[in-house]
Amino acid sequence: MASLLQVKNVSKHFGGFTALSEVSLDIAQGERFGLIGPNGSGKTTLINCISGTLRNETGSIVFEGREVSRLPAYQRTRLGIARSFQVPRPFASMSVLDNLLVPYEYVEHLKEADAGKQAMDILQRIGLAAKAQAQSNQLSQVELRKLELARAMAARPRLLISDEAMAGLSGAEVDEVLKILFDLNASGITVIMIEHIMQAVMRFSQRVVCLDAGKIICEGAPTEIVKNADVQRAYLGA
Amino acid sequence: MFFSFELLLEALMFGVLLGCFYAAVSIGLSVSFGLLDVPHVAHPAIMVLGSYATYMVAAQGLDPILSGVLLMPVFFVLGVLVYRFYYESFERRGTEAGVRGLAFFFGLAFIIEIGLILVFGVDQRTVEAAYIGESLELGEYRIPYRMLVAFGVALVLTASLTIYLSKTFTGRAIKAVAQDEPALRLMGANPVRIKQWAFGIATGVSALAGALLIIVGPVEPAIDRLYIGRTFCIVVLAGLGSMTGTLAAGLILGIAESMVLMFFGASWAPAVAFGLLLLVLGVRPQGLFGR
Amino acid sequence: MRFWICAAVLAAASLGLALSPVNEYFFYAAYVVLTFVVLATAWNILGGYAGYVNFGTPAFFGIGAYAATVLFKSLGAPLAVQIAAGALMGGLLGFGVGMLTLRLRGIFFAIATVAVVFIMETLMINWRYVGGATGLQLLRPEVIAPFENYIRMLFVVMAWMGIAGVAIARYVQDSWIGRGLRALRDSEEAAEACGVPTLKLKLFACTVMGGLMGAAGAPMPMYLSFIEPASTFNLNYTIGALGGAIIGGMSHWLGPIIGALLLGSLQQIVTVTISGEVNVLIVGVLLVLFVVLAPEGILGLFKKWLRFSR
Repeated sequence: MASLLQVKNVSKHFGGFTALSEVSLDIAQGERFGLIGPNGSGKTTLINCISGTLRNETGSIVFEGREVSRLPAYQRTRLGIARSFQVPRPFASMSVLDNLLVPYEYVEHLKEADAGKQAMDILQRIGLAAKAQAQSNQLSQVELRKLELARAMAARPRLLISDEAMAGLSGAEVDEVLKILFDLNASGITVIMIEHIMQAVMRFSQRVVCLDAGKIICEGAPTEIVKNADVQRAYLGA
Repeated sequence: MFFSFELLLEALMFGVLLGCFYAAVSIGLSVSFGLLDVPHVAHPAIMVLGSYATYMVAAQGLDPILSGVLLMPVFFVLGVLVYRFYYESFERRGTEAGVRGLAFFFGLAFIIEIGLILVFGVDQRTVEAAYIGESLELGEYRIPYRMLVAFGVALVLTASLTIYLSKTFTGRAIKAVAQDEPALRLMGANPVRIKQWAFGIATGVSALAGALLIIVGPVEPAIDRLYIGRTFCIVVLAGLGSMTGTLAAGLILGIAESMVLMFFGASWAPAVAFGLLLLVLGVRPQGLFGR
Repeated sequence: MRFWICAAVLAAASLGLALSPVNEYFFYAAYVVLTFVVLATAWNILGGYAGYVNFGTPAFFGIGAYAATVLFKSLGAPLAVQIAAGALMGGLLGFGVGMLTLRLRGIFFAIATVAVVFIMETLMINWRYVGGATGLQLLRPEVIAPFENYIRMLFVVMAWMGIAGVAIARYVQDSWIGRGLRALRDSEEAAEACGVPTLKLKLFACTVMGGLMGAAGAPMPMYLSFIEPASTFNLNYTIGALGGAIIGGMSHWLGPIIGALLLGSLQQIVTVTISGEVNVLIVGVLLVLFVVLAPEGILGLFKKWLRFSR
């Protein structure tokens, strides 16, 4: 499979604190990739560096053969990298539908009417169609998570990064979100999933990487990762 | 413009004294904006309020510095109340807090300024003391005593606050809440009470700063507008939350302003702080010792 | 469509008023109120839509006034050219301040705008050509027919500028640009993640705001027959523009109009009957009250009342 995203020796510091230390990844096109690690291990920081919310200090990030680490976030989105946020960030003053119009207008450059139709399509697919006109800050947790994913989907990405989209959801809700991600992957989108919910990561991922204190400590198939002593130590403590 | 070594040295000396005074005047903002992230554009206005309060108390026959010190607890309470109000109205609710918070403090500054005009009029007010009006003679140089007094108090104030923040328990709690509020919450401390306390301290310090202001020169209600530039310039140049940085930045501004005053005249001096502020924002917004 | 009909009607009405035998004082007062309509509307494009507070209205307004002065004094330029120059200089200043500080947090932009006011004031104080600190007297040119006097013409100019300003604000608000601005106001990171070029949009809003304010400032020297730095760069203009937008309502272009009309009329009444200071005090108190109790402004209160009375 062709390589979609290459992260090479990426480091990021915050003052004296090292959040990422020489992290390297190679994600293939169409892959379902899981990223795990205890809190504070640098998962979101890594995602922020890939999506452009943060700039990495060293190393490079290559997407579809193109060096993107100097590009601002919005340009990376336009190139095909989309992400959802761990703590949902809806455009609170807008309706659910209008939230989706933003990526359609800014990534696809669609006119409002066309954007509206496509947005309703997505809302149907993820089950939020009934809430299209609702104020986005009135949604429930799972609805907010779905909106986050819908907004990322509306950007028609080739790489979708889902940052703990299932945190705090019930078993049935986790299944709902997982199905959406599976469907997206089936349509050709490469998905990176960051999750704490192990059963979701195991079911979804073809390959898993574990981060701890800014470094990759293990990489492999889901079944191997779970058995790995370093991973167990990272999560449960020494 | 006549350049001479003596003039340069005099400007330098005056600049150091002025700079320490500016640092003292800005240190309250270093806490309220630098550490607590409150968009406190009313800080200079409250300081000017302190100047007028000092004027009133000193009119009873007390020394201005003493008046300022006596006013500190009063202003501490004022600070607590203002922060509480700000927190309940804005910080709690998120989203538009940015615009509203700024507008609130701006409105507050205007209300204080106009209030002072209505009560005291637009004329300048001064205070009197033994050290105001006389100068120390060092060879060819004359250093006004009031500047030395301001310098001294400023150093004591800055040093005390720096020590307080790094050595005492509450002081360190204040620094902690600035760095990592959720962690502090997890440790059982109440961040709101800590911030309230810190804001109170910052406001109390402003009372003394106000006293210094009216000692150093005459005060009129609109003078807060000029000090918005000076205080924010210093706090940004210092790097948010750095107390020692505040002293360094104050010195830089004081010397710069003094030089401009000496060699270019009084009509250019007010713009120095604002120009320096823009320069810092454009070139190095995290300041000298930024968090 | 309704909007444009209203706009045409208002434009015609202002012309009609100016040609009718209405008391002269009305035009003096209305000019000031209309100036605040333009300033508040302009302010809201960056403040309300994008969420960046500009404290430096006098700087943009003033650069327009001084640009007009320079052109008038050096070339005898007609009013239209003065206004164009004012808009250009205001826009450039907006772009410049934006480039310098819109990458940073909102409060840094806000403080930078205060800095620009004082720097501009200092520059003008030290510039002999425009009169320095004492200012410059200006002789108004002959008034063009059919107007009876210059002030009536300025009234119409400002009324039409107000309509144009509102039309611009309305376009920005209802277009995809407005949606992008609201998105970045609600969450800048999420907006970027949705492909919104946040810095470019902010710069756009800031430039438009500056240009409109500069245009509003350009006729001022003709209105006063005089220009000087202290009153031109007075921070009271800030509270008028900011106050008008916040009190009226920041989410819609109607808000600043309502707010400016209210504050403008208030100013006329209070300044004449009590004092200029008390007027500013009242505006300050209203600003704080609205910001705390009614953040959606008068428009928001009206919407709530409508929902409540259903």
